[in-house]
Formats: sequence, C-alpha cells, structure tokens
Amino acid sequence: MTDLTDLSLAEAREGLKARRFSATELTRAHLEAMEKARALNAYVLETPERALAMAAESDKRIAAGEARPLEGIPLGVKDLFATEGVRTTACSAILDDFRPPYESTVTSQLWRDGAVMLGKLNNDEFAMGSSNETSVFGPVVNPWRRKGSDAKLVPGGSSGGSAAAVAARLCLGATATDTGGSIRQPAAFTGTVGIKPTYGRCSRWGIVAFASSLDQAGPIARTVRDSAILLRSMAGHDPKDTTSVDLPVPDYEAAVTRGVKGLKIGIPKEYRLDGMPAEIEALWQKGAEWLKAAGAEIVEVSLPHTKYALPAYYIVAPAEASSNLARYDGVRYGLRVPGKDIVEMYEKTRAAGFGREVKRRIMIGTYVLSAGYYDAYYLRAQKVRTLIKRDFEHVYASGVDAILAPATPSSAFGLGEKANASPVEMYLNDVFTVTVNMAGLPGIAVPAGLDSQGLPLGLQLIGRPFDEETLFAAGQVIEDAAGRMVLPEAWWA
Amino acid sequence: MNAHARPVDAKKLIKGATGDWEVIIGMEIHAQVTSRSKLFSGASTEFGGEPNDHVSLVDAAMPGMLPVINEECVKQAIRTGLGLKAQINLTSVFDRKNYFYPDLPQGYQISQYKSPIVGEGEVLVDMPDGEQISVGIERLHLEQDAGKSLHDQHPSMSYVDLNRSGVALMEIVTKPDLRSSEEAKAFMTKLRTILRYLGTCDGDMEKGSLRADVNVSVRRPGEPFGTRCEIKNVNSIRFIGQAIDYEARRQIAILEDGGTIDQETRLFDANKGETRSMRSKEEAHDYRYFPDPDLLPLTFDQAYVDELARHLPELPDEKKARFMKEYGLSAYDAGVLVAERETADFFEAVARGRDGKTAANWVINELFGRLNKEGLDITRSPVSAEQLGAIVDLLGEGVISGKIAKDLFEIVWSEGGDPRRIVEERGMKQVTDTGAIEAAVDSVIAANPDKVEQVKAKPTMLGWFVGQVMRATGGKANPQAVNDILKSKLGIAE
Repeated sequence: MTDLTDLSLAEAREGLKARRFSATELTRAHLEAMEKARALNAYVLETPERALAMAAESDKRIAAGEARPLEGIPLGVKDLFATEGVRTTACSAILDDFRPPYESTVTSQLWRDGAVMLGKLNNDEFAMGSSNETSVFGPVVNPWRRKGSDAKLVPGGSSGGSAAAVAARLCLGATATDTGGSIRQPAAFTGTVGIKPTYGRCSRWGIVAFASSLDQAGPIARTVRDSAILLRSMAGHDPKDTTSVDLPVPDYEAAVTRGVKGLKIGIPKEYRLDGMPAEIEALWQKGAEWLKAAGAEIVEVSLPHTKYALPAYYIVAPAEASSNLARYDGVRYGLRVPGKDIVEMYEKTRAAGFGREVKRRIMIGTYVLSAGYYDAYYLRAQKVRTLIKRDFEHVYASGVDAILAPATPSSAFGLGEKANASPVEMYLNDVFTVTVNMAGLPGIAVPAGLDSQGLPLGLQLIGRPFDEETLFAAGQVIEDAAGRMVLPEAWWA
Repeated sequence: MNAHARPVDAKKLIKGATGDWEVIIGMEIHAQVTSRSKLFSGASTEFGGEPNDHVSLVDAAMPGMLPVINEECVKQAIRTGLGLKAQINLTSVFDRKNYFYPDLPQGYQISQYKSPIVGEGEVLVDMPDGEQISVGIERLHLEQDAGKSLHDQHPSMSYVDLNRSGVALMEIVTKPDLRSSEEAKAFMTKLRTILRYLGTCDGDMEKGSLRADVNVSVRRPGEPFGTRCEIKNVNSIRFIGQAIDYEARRQIAILEDGGTIDQETRLFDANKGETRSMRSKEEAHDYRYFPDPDLLPLTFDQAYVDELARHLPELPDEKKARFMKEYGLSAYDAGVLVAERETADFFEAVARGRDGKTAANWVINELFGRLNKEGLDITRSPVSAEQLGAIVDLLGEGVISGKIAKDLFEIVWSEGGDPRRIVEERGMKQVTDTGAIEAAVDSVIAANPDKVEQVKAKPTMLGWFVGQVMRATGGKANPQAVNDILKSKLGIAE
C-alpha cells in the first residue's frame, strides 16, 4: 500500500468507500506525518484525540453505509477559524489561550459532512502578512527548497500553515482565508491549489476578522478537484452573516471536467509589470497556450486601474482592521496585562499582545480614518475600489469568461530574507491578488510548473462573481497540461 | 448653521444686566426602541435581571461574531419617523463610531452617521398659553446602546454588565428651534406622547428609556447663533428645564462680563441644579466613523413604508382635532385628554354614545382630580370607563342630581359596584314627584316669612330657598323642579 498521506482527497475518498483502508488508518497516517514534520511548524495545535474520535465515528458511518460527502477525510484548520472548545488564537498573543464556545460556520459544515479535524494551522498574526513570519508561534517553513540548497524558504502567507501542511502531506486539505491573496499566494509558493471564492460565497461567521469587506474563506488542496470538493462543503448562505449570499451551491466537482472549449479567456495587459521575472512571464504565456489548445479563445483585456489597487488595498484593509481589532482590549477574554487604570491596562495589553505588523496596520488604519484624513485616504480608496470593480465588469460584459494572470511576482523567498526590507516590498507580493479581493471576485491559484531553482510557480484565474465553476474547469485544464504537481521530498521527516 | 427663520418673540427673551438675550435650544433625544431583542443580536432587551443575563456572543464581541439587523427595530424606527411626519430614507447606512470604553465590547458603536434611516420632520407643540410652535426634526437614526460599568462591586476593580449592550436606541435630533426652557419641556412631553402612542418607546425616563442631550446657546435678538454647549444625558423633563435655565444664565453672565463661551460638553448636576464642564471641544473624541463593512446598506421599498403607515395608530394631533370636532370639546380639554393614549381611550369609552362635553367634564374634573390626589394613573383608576359612563347616563336621564352624582362617584371609587344598582339600592334617585317637592317648598316658605319678603325685593336670594329645599329632601329633589316650583310659589318672574 502506498503511503496514505500521498493520496489526493478524491483518491482517499474512493479508498475509504472501497474499504481499502479505514478512516482511522488514514487519520493515524496523517497524525504520524504531523509528528515527524514539527520542524515545519505548520500546526500550532494538534488535536489527535479529537481526530481519532471523529475518524472512529466516520468508520461507523462507512460501515453502516451512511457515509457523508467528506466522510473520514482528515483536514487542517487555519487558526483564524473558531473551533469550539479548541484553542483559537489567530496566531496572536492577544488571544492567549482563548477557547471559543462556538464553531465557525465553515468548519461546522465540514464536520457536518464527515471531515476529521487534525489540528489548527499556523498563519500570519491576524492574517496580516505574506510570509507567515508574523505568527506568534514563529514562522512556517516551506516544504519546498531550492535545488541543492538547505536554505529555509517561507510558504507565503497569511495561510502559510495551511499551504505548507497540504504540500507536506500533513492533511488532505485545509481551510484558509484570503483578504488580499492569503490563499492564492501561499498556494503558489507551495505548489498547491487554492481558491478564494466570491465575496459572500462562504460565511465569515466565526472567523476572526481582519478586513470584513475583503475577508473570504476558501480551501487549499493538492488538486483542482480536491479544492472543488472542499468548497462545496464550505460554501453556502448563512443567516448569521448578512454579507453571505443566498444562492444555491453548485456541484463544483462536476464542473472540474467541463473543459474550456468555447470560453473566452482574458489576458490583462496591466499585469505585465516592469521587472517581472522572465520565468513568470513565460509561464503566463504557456498557460494561455494550454487554454488555447484546450479550445479557449485568448484575448487581451485592459484593467486600467490595476496600478491603484495595491495602495488602495493598503488603506481599506488596515482601516477595517484597526476597528475590527479594537475588541481585543483585555476586558473580556484573551490576554490582560494589568495597569493602574483602564487606559493603562488597554495600553499594556495591546502593546504586549499585538506584534509589529499588526500594530503597524492598526496605526495606518487609525490614521486613514482620522478626521481630516478620511476623505483623502479612505474615501478615495473606496472610489478606487469602485473603479477596479468597474474595470472587471467591463471586461466580463465584453464576453470574457475568466482572466488569466500570474499568482505571484516571484517564487517563494527565503525565511528572514525580507525581514529588513521595507514593509512595502512585502506588500508587493499581493500585487496580482488584491484586485480580486477589492472587486469581490473569485480567484484560483493553480500550480503550473517549477522555476529554474526547482520551486513551484502558480497561475491565477479570476472569474465572474459566483462563477467558481469556470475557474475549476479552466484550473483543471492547466493542471492537466502542467502535469500533477510533484510533491516535495520529505526532507524534514 | 444659518440663522433660523423663527422670528424673535419678545416674551421669550431673558433679561440680562445689559439688555435682552434670546436662548436657542436644540435637543438630541435617545429613545430606547421597544422590541423583544437587541438591534443586532437575539439577546433579550428585558429590563433588570442579574448582570450579564442577557448577553449573546455578538453583544460580548467575541472574535468572529457578526451583527444581523433586527427587523422589528427597523420597523419601529420607520413608525417613529412617520409619527414625526418625517422623510423615511429607503436606503440608509450603518457606520462604526470607534472609541475604547470597557462597557463598549466591540470597541465601536454601530450607529448611523451620514445616512440615517429618517430625515427631516416636524413636531407641533401646544404651549399652555395656547400658542402652537413647530419644532423641526433634523433626523432620526438607529444605534446600539452601551453596557454599564459597575464601580461599587469590588474594592479595586470595576465590573461590566453587558445586559444593555446592543439594545436599540433611536437618536432623534431636533433643529435649533426651541426658545425657552418651557418650550423644551413642552416639546419633550409631546415627543414622549407621540412615542408612547406609536408604541415605539415606553418613554420611561426614570429607567433611562428616554434621555436628552440639550444644546444651549444665547444671542442678542437678531444676531447669529452663539457658541453652544451640550448638556449630556438629562433624564427628566424637570431637569431639562432646570439645566437650560441655569446654562442660559451662566452663558449670559459670561458674555455680559465680556467673556466668550467655550464650546464644550457639560453635565447637569441635579442635586446642585447646575451644569459643569465635562470636556472641551479640544478633548472631543475623534470617532473615526466609517461604514460598517459587516452590514450591507439598509434598504426597503416604499410599499414597506406604506404598509407600516396603514397600521399606524391615530396620533395625538389627529385625535385632538377629532375630539374637538366629534365631541365638541374645547382645544384645551381635547389637549388634556389626548396627552396620554390611555386617557384618550378612557375618555372615548365614556363618551361613546353620550354627551361628549359632560363626559370630558367628568373625566377631567372628577376623575383626574381624584387620581391626582391619590397619585394614581389612569390605568389604575378604581372607577372604570363603564362605571363612569353609567354615572353620566344616570345624570343625563335625570335619575340623579349633580350633587348625588358626585356622591355616587365617591361610592363607586371606594366600594366599586354597578352605579345603577347602587342608586336603586340606596334610594339615591332624585325626587321628580312635584307633590313631594311642593310640600317641601311650602314648609320652607312657611318657616321663613322674613326671607320671603327679602326674595321678592332681591330675586337672586332664590338660591337660599333652593338650598333649603334640597337639604330638606336630602339632595334628591330635581333642582330644576325645585326652581320652577319656588318661582311660581314666590311669584318671581322668569
């Protein structure tokens, strides 16, 4: 028998159904892999007892012929999702040992469908970061290394733990969230598939908020099909989140084999950046050729306001974050550092509880919302956002079905490599992904090959609102053409 | 703000040492919405309970919790807007007002800043001297209440009670249209009446369901508005009057001394009857308002508003006009009766199918007089509308006299029972048998020959005879019959 952790989610599902192995065996294999992979620091909390109890329940269901859609499938959960009775910290010291008395809607839907929780996954503190280096639990190490090098690389962020765990076979899939690229960028850095669905597709209820108008949950998995299977369980209307949309959830898995024949795929000229690595440019070109070969029409499109997206994003997201994070005040839960009065308690608690990047964004957000600056920053950023949204509307109105772009401007970089760089350099990682969040659109990152250093590179497909199906169809074409991503060698085990 | 069109009214001016001053008042009223659950959570709004009994995960601002608008609160705000004859905005936006306070778990209050649910409206206020003033409503918006810090539970710490956290409030903002403490008090009374009629706020100022921030400035008549001070959280109508009077005097004294007014927030100290500075404009918070990204803009269509309008109760102004028209009441009496919905309903139950003026007389003079004396409100009246109606009937039918009617009212008040049966059982019917009255008249005339002489010279003396006859008949004689018979026997012309 091959190593159970090497299976894709869909393959594991078939294996369980055919009783080739039990859910308990599958879960145990993952728990063992997790134990050996602690050097990667992907999990911040392992929940083996809960996992085995859930797996045992799955085995009972399978035996009784009552298997649910994700029966016995072991998953990891980004630490941004509230898990009932299980420590949930957003990888921030300020939440301390917080154990929510509630379960997020997205994860409760996964458990409803029979999935097994392996543990909580590392992420940038409050999802603020693009390298998973801002976590209070320390950085995650990318399972990929450059050819002939032992240098540790970042897995991207903020869902770095999710991406690394999926790539390192420490789970069959993981929940993640994406506010400016936090699913797609780490997926691209680790050779995994990550989809940020349309804003409103998944409930935000029970997910620690970063920037409410941009945050959206989605899966990271090893294949396009796996991500489609997971999204179907994660998505859906939730009356507890009024920004979630009341639309039926399609059978995404069925869309995977649909192909792209007759579809029009747009190539946005504004994404061709000065100084972009030739390898990225070439991969992008290759992606277009694959889609064309599969029957799609490739057209150049224009998204003229693209260059304003990143600065506008770095106003809107911190503004919302500065307000969303006001609740971490030491009064009701999480960390409290006593002070001589309430103000000193606030100051000491928040000084000790938040890391540098979070503090930086709270300061930026507070500044841009201040009297006298609001119109110049926040209001203008919102106007830019409207223009970006309109850019996409024009393109889609012209008959384009999806847009193809790079997922990231580079492959994974070294751990600590950007520690002394200006924050803006780090923020540039999001240049291809933030527009999608600003417009509320769905975007998928699909591995498309390795660069000259042997590191994975990803392509991104951007869809019409609530048309994730086309992304799965086109993503599968890329996956088929590129060949299923090889898995990194388990050097850590 | 531009000078308002309201002309200067000499009798409202305050005399200062150096001449007359006009006081300009605007109010921001916080009215707790009557609803079973909070504005954005399912937790109960019930008053009281142990601290933190009525707190949901949303109210406590747990990580990842999201607000969901309570439609009943939206309906209540629309109803109130309609009652204030105001513009209802079919699209409005919830904003976050950011500040740190222990009893504000989210670190921001969800409120409506730039786009409130209700726009401009108008309230008509009747002053005791018969003048009617119009008070402009600037806006009404929905917002969350905060929790409460408890400082008396522990020697070195404060506790927080979140029962109130997230309860829906309506903030109603007037234009600076009020010109005296009397007007402000009358406006507040009228607003409370309207809210109670609508059933959108219980108006209980003692419990804090209704409280006012009062903006006061003074100016020389005809000049632009002066710098204003805001007096926060005044929680009784009497205190509103006291706070305004004190504040106007304080500002006038400063100005007459050659000083200037600092724009600031002040507190009213009810014990001392004065206002004192709380924070200056410079110390004012920067609330960093921005649209709450957790909530979509609040939208509904005109049909939704029309449907609510259709089920709106009759409001005090309309009811007053109808009482005047339908029952022939004076503006004053009608005004008194409609001040409370319960009173108006009580009156209508008494007046229906009877003489309106008599019914109003009995309700206002006898019943209200007695209720006031006992410190009772109409809902706890020992005399029901049905009983009072029966008394009015007995009087109208001539079964009892006015004097007996008052006695009967007393009996019903203290003992209860069916007035008609009481009259029957206790022999209180008035005597209309002319024979019996004639006999009583004859004996009074016979016993008082001197008075008979006097009355012939001075016919107004007839009253003395009427009194004697009534006394002789135990008050039961029909006064009209007594009058008629006396006149004919004494030979006094009509």
